[in-house]
This record gives sequence, C-alpha cells and structure tokens, in this order.
Amino acid sequence: MIEERFDAIVIGAGMAGNAAAHTMASRGLKVLQIERGEYPGSKNVQGAILYADMVEKIIPNFREEAPLERHLVEQRFWMMGERSHTGLQYRNDDFNEEKPNRYTIIRSQFDRWFSREVQAQGALVICETTVTELVSDAYGKVIGVRTDRAGGTIFADVVVLCEGVNGLLGTRARLREAPKPEHVALAVKEMHFLPRETLDARFNLHGDEGVVIEAAGVISKGMTGMGFVYTNKESVSVGMGCLVSDFAANNDTPNGLLEAFKNHPSIKPLLEGSEVKEYAAHLIPEGGYKTIPELFGDGWLVCGDAAQLNNAIHREGSNLALTSGRLAGEAIFQIKSRKDAMSKQNLALYKKLLDDSFVMKDLKKYKDMPALLHANSQNYFLAYPQLVSKAMENFLRVDGTPKLDKEKATIASFVKERSWTGLFGDAWRLARAWR
Amino acid sequence: MKILVCIKQVPDSAQIRVHPVTNTIMRQGVPTIINPYDLFSLEEALRLRDKFGGEVTVLTMGPPMASESLRKALAIGADRAVLLTDRFFAGSDTLATTYALAQAIRKIEQTFGKQDIVFTGKQTIDGDTAQVGPGIAKRLGLLQLTYISKIAECDPDKGEVVVERRAEGGVQVLKTAMPCLITMIEGSNDVRRGALGDTLRAARAEIVTWSARDAEIEDLTKCGLKGSPTIVKKVFAPAPRSEKAAFIEPGKNAAESADALIAAIFTRHPALEADMTKLASGL
Repeated sequence: MIEERFDAIVIGAGMAGNAAAHTMASRGLKVLQIERGEYPGSKNVQGAILYADMVEKIIPNFREEAPLERHLVEQRFWMMGERSHTGLQYRNDDFNEEKPNRYTIIRSQFDRWFSREVQAQGALVICETTVTELVSDAYGKVIGVRTDRAGGTIFADVVVLCEGVNGLLGTRARLREAPKPEHVALAVKEMHFLPRETLDARFNLHGDEGVVIEAAGVISKGMTGMGFVYTNKESVSVGMGCLVSDFAANNDTPNGLLEAFKNHPSIKPLLEGSEVKEYAAHLIPEGGYKTIPELFGDGWLVCGDAAQLNNAIHREGSNLALTSGRLAGEAIFQIKSRKDAMSKQNLALYKKLLDDSFVMKDLKKYKDMPALLHANSQNYFLAYPQLVSKAMENFLRVDGTPKLDKEKATIASFVKERSWTGLFGDAWRLARAWR
Repeated sequence: MKILVCIKQVPDSAQIRVHPVTNTIMRQGVPTIINPYDLFSLEEALRLRDKFGGEVTVLTMGPPMASESLRKALAIGADRAVLLTDRFFAGSDTLATTYALAQAIRKIEQTFGKQDIVFTGKQTIDGDTAQVGPGIAKRLGLLQLTYISKIAECDPDKGEVVVERRAEGGVQVLKTAMPCLITMIEGSNDVRRGALGDTLRAARAEIVTWSARDAEIEDLTKCGLKGSPTIVKKVFAPAPRSEKAAFIEPGKNAAESADALIAAIFTRHPALEADMTKLASGL
C-alpha cells in the first residue's frame, strides 16, 4: 500500500485520460495517471483523425508542438459496388487555413506527446502498470485502485475511468455491463508506407494537405460496417470494420474483408508498391446514445470509449473522448474548489456538463441510427449500393437504348429489389433516425 | 554496499533492418530498450543491495533520450541514475566510451562514495564487442570477472566475492577481492518487476545529468569521434541463402500428395535419389 494520497487517479492514457489528467493537473490538482502500455500511446489504436477544436480547448497552441501528419482538405465518400464506386467528393481550399480543423495523426506519436504535456502540468504518469480492481470502502464508495505491482494499492478522492472500449475494470466492479457484440465494431487497419512524392501525386496533394476516403457498400458483404483510407505524411492508413455480431453471424473475418477492400479496383491502385509496416485491430463502441452506461457514482467517473461515447454516424470518437475527459476534469476541479466530497450527488455535475455539450446532443440526435442500420444492414450496405452502381452504369453506358427506357429500367430495378413500400419505408426510417 | 551498474539504451535489434539499397541501418521508428544483458547485471546488483543494504546507482552515456532507460532502471528498483551526455561523446568507439565512463565513475565515487562493485552487461546487442566492461576495469584498475553466471558468496566485511564463471569445458569458481567489475551472462537470474512504490519514485526522480565538464572529463581529444580509432568502413546485410520455395499441388489423396512431394525433392537432389534407391534395393 502506498501512503501517499492523490486528489484523483486517472486510469488510462488515451485521449480521454490525457484530457482529464491535463485538465486537473493544470488546475493544481494532485493527479496520478496509470497506463498499462509501455508508454502512453503504445497500445492506442485509431484511424486516426484528430479534431483540432477539442484539443485547442485543452492545449490552445498544440499545433506548434504536436506531431501532426496532414491537415484535411478533401473528403471522399464512396459507395462501393463490386467493381465500381459512386462517389461524393468535397475539396475546399479554405481548409488550407492558418488553423486547420482536422488532421490525420499517428496515435502512438501523438499520445506520447500529449502525455509529456500532461506531465509538464505536474501530473505523475506511470506506465507498464495495470489497474486490476477498484478499491471501495464499506459504503461502496470508490476510494482507490489496486494494481498488478507489489505493494500496489493506492488511494485518491476520485477515480476517473478512461480505460477504453473493453472497460474491464468498470465491468468487473459492476459499474456497467460488458459491451454487447451488436454494439461494438471490430476494425482492423494497416499502415502502408509510400514515398511522399508518390503519395502526393496519387492523392492530388500539396505540402501538408491530406485526404480522407470513407467507403461503404458491398465491401462489408451486407454487414454494418465501412472501410477507410487516410493519408499520413509518408503512409496511408487503410482499414475496415464491421459490427462484431455481424462477423459472428456471417462467420466472416475482419482481415478477410480488409484484404478484399485493398484489392477492390478503386482502392488497389492507391496502395500499389507500398510497404506494410504495421497491423492493428481495435474495438469501436457503436451502440450510440442508448448504450451509454452510468457515467458517475460515488468516487468515480467514466469517460471516452469506456462510456461508449462514440458517434458512429460521423465517425467521431476521439473528440468525444477528449471532451468527456476535459469535462470530467472540470467537474472534479469545481467540486474540489468548493471543498465538497466526491459523492455521486456532487459528481452528477459531470453528466450535466456532458449533457450541455455537443457530446450528448449529437449522440441523442442519432439515437435510433445504430439499431436501424443494424436491422436493415442488408439493404443499406448491400442492396442499395448494388442498385446505385447499376443505375450509374446504366446512365453512363451509351448503347443505343433510348434514355426513357433506361430510366424505366433503373426505377424498375429499385422497385423489384425493395418494392415501393420498401423504398419509401427505408427513406422514411432513415430520415426520421437522422433528424 | 555501493554498487554501480552501467547500462546502455539500444535499438531493439529484433526490429532493426538494413536498407537493401543504401546498406545503412534503418533506425527510424525502431523502439529502444535497455540492453537486455545489462538487466541481468542490474538484477544481480539489486539482490546484493537487498541482502546487504546500500544503494545501486545506474549510469549511462548517450543522448538526452537515454534518460528513458535510466528511468526504467529506477522503476525496476535502482536508487539513483546518472546520465552522461554531451555532444563531445558522439561517435565514440569502445576506447572513447570506456575513457568517458571511467572518468564518470571516478566522479560518481567522489560525489556518492566509493563503489564496491561495478556491473556491466556481458556485451551490448547493437555493438556486440564485449569490450566496454573490461575496458572500464582496466582504466580503473579493477579486478574483472567476466561471463559470470552466479554470485555464489559475497562478504562485504571481508571485501570478498565468490562467483561462478562460464568457461570452456565447464564452470570456474573464482574468489576475488572487491572492488571489482562483474559482467553477467544472460539467463543468470529473472529480472524483477518493480513495486508500485518504485514506479512512483522513478516517475518523480531527478536524473543526475552530467556534461563532459560536469564529470570533469578534461581531455576531449580522447572522447567521441576524435578519440575513436575504430572506423566503421561498411555495413551490409548478408545475402539470404535460402532457395526459392516450391509449391506442390495437393493430389487427390495423401499418397498422391506424398508421391508428388518426393518426386519434387528428387528432381532437385538427384544424389539423394540415387542414395535412397541404393538403400531401398539393399533391403
């Protein structure tokens, strides 16, 4: 047992944990952060896109120091057919601004830098140490943590759980249930290295400009999922993910899907000649608003992926983690400043701050989307992409068929596949869930 | 007892490669570790301290980032860490390295007291010379015990140590007087995992950081590239010797597949076929 007491113990050094630790340490709280990886970032996996606004709220001048890859100037949404894609592409030179809005990053580098900033604020960060359980008093209030090291029990006024998507600790302590297979996606990604000039030419980029391709359609074989291609400075992150329950039901593997995605005629030329140097896998919480567990209790708070705070529709996660970590830190600081106890009643302030932020508002907006996409995945991820691809081919191929006949054939193909009621039903359900 | 352990931060050689075209070592993105051999020495030093009391100091020479390795050593249980870092040390071979380290050890003895044992690893995994330990011993006039597999006895009062040394054809049991220099071989002990208290202490510890001047190293011509008569003329990756693998189409059944496999082997090694046929006909 360690005699020394801390104001707060933060478990995990990912986005949420670093945001919470930084927020509290910079306000003068005595913070201990415990990370199980060899160094902060060594176990953290993300695509990864960083949203500047949420980092700025913690470290305003982060752009000067942080290891950033490219700022994004272009987004491509691709609906994938078997050998085709129908794309929506948006590029804007205004994204080449002094303080760009979105960046690609490499988490192992970014998180390491972020942790140095946390330490510079005075937080004590220890690595290669796993928290094995939460320690509670006779009344059930969390008062500290037990670690896997000798003499490894240590106490604090409050414990902030930023342990990631699996949330083993919280589950073990019965603060919440383990995430269900239909509420988490399993994503795999590879880092493909290419010479910078090749990458710039291939993706039409200059300087530090970057592009994002997000792809959905037949590549997920009717399962709820998608693929992505992100440009880094000298590498391309290529990944693919689907709901775990879908993988189980279809007896399919994520690496199998990724191989097929990489070999899709629209993707393959982008990766040609590259060297794969990294392979990673990660679970992503996708259940949305309805799967958010209890966020606070006597002596504890939970943030980020562990709290299922992820916006699957907009593929935002790290910004929700950063914001929830920051708000947890602010709530604790406010309670501490009033010299109040870290009771459930007082820590409800965290939930209030979160409810007032974009985090809960966005998740609430899309509360019905995850279930809808899951229940109708065959239509949204297989049938429609195939129909759209066929329609585009029909529209573009010049073969002497009168245009009116072509249009009729296209409409007929949609009606045949989904029927009029089905088509309107799908549109209505989607529109309602989106609102 | 006062014990000093020299460690080195090295690239994890399991993850290092030689560039196929330029023949240079590709260090980029290769993680660094404490030279694995040094950890056996560190553990042995900690065991002696735990048994007889005293303190263990770890010393390294390297760029500022080498402090990461020192902090790890502190988290394992060392009491103090000294980093010797200066641009004058860049490009040191083993002669220049031992000069600088020996001077630093003298300075450590002035500052923190006389050391009973200096430990180093058997060798490093990046240089593989096994010269630095003996070099330090020579410069400091210490008795040297290399390739030690076990410290059998230690008597700080009498100033004696008995060790087992791996040697050709067997094990030597050697007794010597302290102060001495010991290099441990791999597998001589199981390196411990520091307690939670050690990791907290390590995270907070001030690492003693010395420049050449701080360590009172006066003759800079004996340091770094200037003081290094050894020059790396060429680095290359040996050409892989393996032959190209062949794929054999599986037959309808196991027997057919086996026939195809044997045929393929015999086609490549006719001498083997002749031998086997001769052998078979003799039966």
